Amino acid sequence: MLIKFTPSGIYCEQAGIYIDPWKPVQQAVITHAHSDHARWGMKNYLAHKDSEPILRLRLGDKISLQTVNYNEPVFLNGVKLTLHPAGHVVGSAQVRLEYKGEVNVISGDYKTEYDGLSTAFEPVKCNVFVTESTFGLPVYRWQKQQEIFDEINAWWRQNKEEGFASVLYGYSLGKAQRIIQNVDHNIGRIFTHGGVESTNRAFRRFGIDIHETTLVNSDINKEDYKGNLIVAPPSAINSTWLRRFTPYREAVCSGWMALRGARRRRNVAKGFALSDHADWNGLNEAVSATEAEKVFVTHGYSDVFSQWLREQGIDAEPILTEFGGDEMDETTAELTAEALNDAASQPEDKGTTNDESVH
Amino acid sequence: MKAFTELFYELDSTTKINDRIASLVKYFQTADEHDKLYAVALLSGKSPPRAVNSNFIRQWAAEEANLPDWLFEIAHHTVGDLAETIAILIPDTSDNSEHPSLRQYLAEIQALKKADEDTRREYIKTQWQRLTQPERLVFNKLVMGMSRIGVSKGLIIKALAQYAGLEEPIIAHRLSGSWDPAKITLDKLLHTEAPEETASRPYPFYLAYAIDIPFEELGPTTDWIIEHKWDGIRGQLIYRNGQIHIWSRNEELLTDRFPELHALHEVLPQNTVLDGEILVWRDGKVQPFAELQKRITRKNVTKAIMKEFPVILLTYDLLELNGEDLRAKPIVERRALLEDVVKKAHHESLCISEVIACTTWEEAAAEREKARGFMSEGLMLKRKSSEYRTGRRRGDWWKWKIDPLSIDAVLIYAMSGHGRRANLYTDLTFAVWDDGKLVPFTKAYSGLTDKEFNVLDAFVKKNTIERFGPVRSVKPELVFEIAFEGIAKSSRHKSGIALRFPRILRERFDKNAEDANTLDDLKKMLELYGKGNVDVS
Repeated sequence: MLIKFTPSGIYCEQAGIYIDPWKPVQQAVITHAHSDHARWGMKNYLAHKDSEPILRLRLGDKISLQTVNYNEPVFLNGVKLTLHPAGHVVGSAQVRLEYKGEVNVISGDYKTEYDGLSTAFEPVKCNVFVTESTFGLPVYRWQKQQEIFDEINAWWRQNKEEGFASVLYGYSLGKAQRIIQNVDHNIGRIFTHGGVESTNRAFRRFGIDIHETTLVNSDINKEDYKGNLIVAPPSAINSTWLRRFTPYREAVCSGWMALRGARRRRNVAKGFALSDHADWNGLNEAVSATEAEKVFVTHGYSDVFSQWLREQGIDAEPILTEFGGDEMDETTAELTAEALNDAASQPEDKGTTNDESVH
Repeated sequence: MKAFTELFYELDSTTKINDRIASLVKYFQTADEHDKLYAVALLSGKSPPRAVNSNFIRQWAAEEANLPDWLFEIAHHTVGDLAETIAILIPDTSDNSEHPSLRQYLAEIQALKKADEDTRREYIKTQWQRLTQPERLVFNKLVMGMSRIGVSKGLIIKALAQYAGLEEPIIAHRLSGSWDPAKITLDKLLHTEAPEETASRPYPFYLAYAIDIPFEELGPTTDWIIEHKWDGIRGQLIYRNGQIHIWSRNEELLTDRFPELHALHEVLPQNTVLDGEILVWRDGKVQPFAELQKRITRKNVTKAIMKEFPVILLTYDLLELNGEDLRAKPIVERRALLEDVVKKAHHESLCISEVIACTTWEEAAAEREKARGFMSEGLMLKRKSSEYRTGRRRGDWWKWKIDPLSIDAVLIYAMSGHGRRANLYTDLTFAVWDDGKLVPFTKAYSGLTDKEFNVLDAFVKKNTIERFGPVRSVKPELVFEIAFEGIAKSSRHKSGIALRFPRILRERFDKNAEDANTLDDLKKMLELYGKGNVDVS
């Protein structure tokens, strides 16, 4: 086996690299730019070229960053390293390591359905596969992307007819752009929260095409929001920033919204189960397509999914991440990460919690 | 079925009251006339009895979803709702054809009771296959009982009032009492006042708010009737057309549960409605709620049970006398009439709640301190000029409960919650010290904000010692103040005690685990306040 699981993260000794490490290391390979995968303090970063704008936006312009295309090999002490599309967000990659005929693949976060923006997921054959399992339970089975957007469009249209603004919450890197690209642009304009807009701008500067959006700001007449769509990160929920949109309806876009209970817990009445992670079927298909002899399961329902895989005759075992290994709530992580990012980018627009109910 | 499913999901996907009322009104305006009253019954929690044991359903669903039992169980635990779990896990093969009406479905489901197991399985699996996922969820709820979906009775009444163009109290009155959707339609129920049917009807209950205003704003104590707040079953006793009916505050008919109160028909004037508290009464004293609970959980009210746990109606209001509705009169007048009725009745099962004389609010506060000794929960303050109103209202009636008992305890186990709290560690077990060891003594689920629960959840995940299925033992570090209303002996619990209404009051950041209370402290409380509290195990 080429990799081992250390307190700093997944380590390939032969190549001298860590994949998405948690602690400062010499050489870090980053699967994608979400803040729970791309952290501060690495001496050198290696990532896919489309991850660059966001890595620089979030980690600073001065980081030492080498970028590569998918399938473009980097040789490290005899190890052939290539990145392959993971379909999670723009620039997200699976890391393939090959040494003396053995192949190990670390999936990072991935989804198997094409989202119209990120390069589509590509299964990679290997001996050892490290898979995420954020939604590794059979209750998570996504509808087709188009069906979900049909529902989102219908919701937006109805709100418009009834004179409401529509506020959609989604992680500011990935989900937000997926929403912006895929909603029906004939219905109305799209406004954005600062956290989302800074990501959009970084993408556009880099030449990645994102549909036209307008940053919410105090010069905009409140009437202009009526009937239109506002895309904001989950950290904006319950914030005073929302007041300007009144009257408005809100909904969260997240895989967790597949369950009524999880939706109620976030105190948002309406949810669309739009996820950038593979669902139960996607995870199973991805694992079986690798034809791996050994599977390690991390990030999510690692215990459950590995037991299931073992019962299917696949040698699998759970790996605990620093979070304690299971049931990490994506949205909890997002909120923390968002709060940090947004505080850095848009201090004046970051609303504080208010007790005036918006529901 | 389609219309009802749509209504269910609309109600589920908004927390805005006006949107919910609009959804209900739309449903009442458009749904099949024979379905509507069934919908009202289901939404107000009057589910038909469960037709099929849910263990069977669980097993059939695991078969149909082709999942091992352990995985099905984990899925269920995560979703938190069996009906929803099944709806999600069954592969979708719906044909979008016309489905039977809500009424027909309910009839078919009730007919399953008499069917054999194969027929039941065949029927349920067929429905799962033909229905869409949202319909499947509603169907499962019809089979297994409709759990609350957060539609309060008040909301339904508001929507019906809008729909029927009638005033809310009228709707409330016409909806209370017994009706059978198989025999009457919603419109008929709302628009007819048939005396035969209404003879048993209670008045909508008037409920008090917990006091949250300074006493200066109440004015002098002489403007108020001050009584104990009794801890029993709030009920109305109705004597009309020669018959006694007893209703609980939740508008459940309890007549059969309390045969000793039937004798009151001999001593009450015709057409009388009393409001009061049903309590176990022994040696001239109110007994703790635990005793009443022991009695009401029994299926059959035998002579022995009645002898062991005799009940009385401790009355405090008179709503109707000689057929006259007195609710618009000031309570001080109603009370004078009530005293007369009770005195003339002179019956051992009918007592009047004493008025406590206080000249100042300080005196009242002192009385409240003594309440626990009377097996009372505190005081009730009722403005002498107050009418008997409908529902929970501010201003004229206040409840002033005694402070709960409390103890500092250490968090030792956590289990993830259900439903709204699935995936979040919110079912917590607490322990106190006994001889250097931590002994678990209670669970508590409520009392923290969502934010506090999130922080706690992170603590649990990072500080797990061991995992037993869905339960984790955590490092015994966090101390919480647990409040409770009562304490009783229990042979079922390792600690030997059981608490009534335990909940988390606050986290004691100022205390380390070693500073938490001991089992001896709890035993002292049992000695002081648990006297007479029977073993409720």
